[in-house]
Amino acid sequence: MNAPREPVLSTANDDLVIGNRTYRSRLLVGTGKYRDFAQTKAAVDASGAQIVTVAIRRTNIGQDATAESLLDALPPSQYTYLPNSAGCYTADDAVRTLRLARELLDDHRLVKLEVLGDAHSLFPDVRQTLKAAETLVAEGFEVMVYTSDDPIVARELEAIGCVAIMPLASLIGSGMGILNPWNLRLILEQSKVPVLVDAGVGTASDAAIAMELGCAGVLMNTAIALAQDPVRMARAMKLAVEAGREAYLAGRMPRKFYSASPSSPTSGLIS
Amino acid sequence: MNITVNGQSRVIDVGDAPTVARVIDALGLRGKRVAVECNGAIVSRSRYDDTVVKEDDRLEVVGAVGGG
Repeated sequence: MNAPREPVLSTANDDLVIGNRTYRSRLLVGTGKYRDFAQTKAAVDASGAQIVTVAIRRTNIGQDATAESLLDALPPSQYTYLPNSAGCYTADDAVRTLRLARELLDDHRLVKLEVLGDAHSLFPDVRQTLKAAETLVAEGFEVMVYTSDDPIVARELEAIGCVAIMPLASLIGSGMGILNPWNLRLILEQSKVPVLVDAGVGTASDAAIAMELGCAGVLMNTAIALAQDPVRMARAMKLAVEAGREAYLAGRMPRKFYSASPSSPTSGLIS
Repeated sequence: MNITVNGQSRVIDVGDAPTVARVIDALGLRGKRVAVECNGAIVSRSRYDDTVVKEDDRLEVVGAVGGG
């Protein structure tokens, strides 16, 4: 990786810019797989995330009316909700789900589009994703789109009008980290909208690497929720995203196989 | 009135006002943040009171839950 990338235009304090909104935190987190709402909230807060993803599911009818809901633990007034279309395998279902999400959240239009192609691997179906993206963008949604790391698909999704491209690092929930930094780099080089790694982050260094490559942000869920100590991992991820971003903006030294260039002076050696 | 809610057949007492609002009340969901579809079409909150529900209508009532 030798060619330096043009610095990304950003706000004076390097806020994350998505569509016409700005955010201080470049770490976005999911709210699934936690032990309970208390742990969800503790982890989300430790992560510093301002944007949280949520799923849309049938309400439990007949449940205790006083039972706490996710919205009680994480009020939509305090966090930016990013409803997803998780669990959808067709464009029609994804569009239907996100329309319901928009109604649910009082015409909130920022959504995460995700259309899966396989229940075993949870790999995205990019054709259905492209189809859904066209419909959603035409209806005024601001679409942050989960996709594969195929740069041609990413380019098409951006051309359709998605406000952010979110390629996977590796399979959802796998914790394998970034498997193909070269594809990610191709996407980063061509994209004028923010690129956020989404899926497959496993530990802090994965998030830092994503940011060092030049990603605008990172979205993760399992990496935090299934850590031995989720709140501690949430803190680690917050630091990792900040560290990776600082390193990216600082402009790293070049890699060379060897350089015979010691850090200490070569003159004045005793003999 | 017999309707299907979230895939389940239910008998809902709608009294003399067979509206979505009445169904939401009968399900104990008044004041909860939900979104409603009736026969595949979204019914916005502002229209609960004047959207009529008929025998055998299919409703989906959804909310936000934890997810990634």
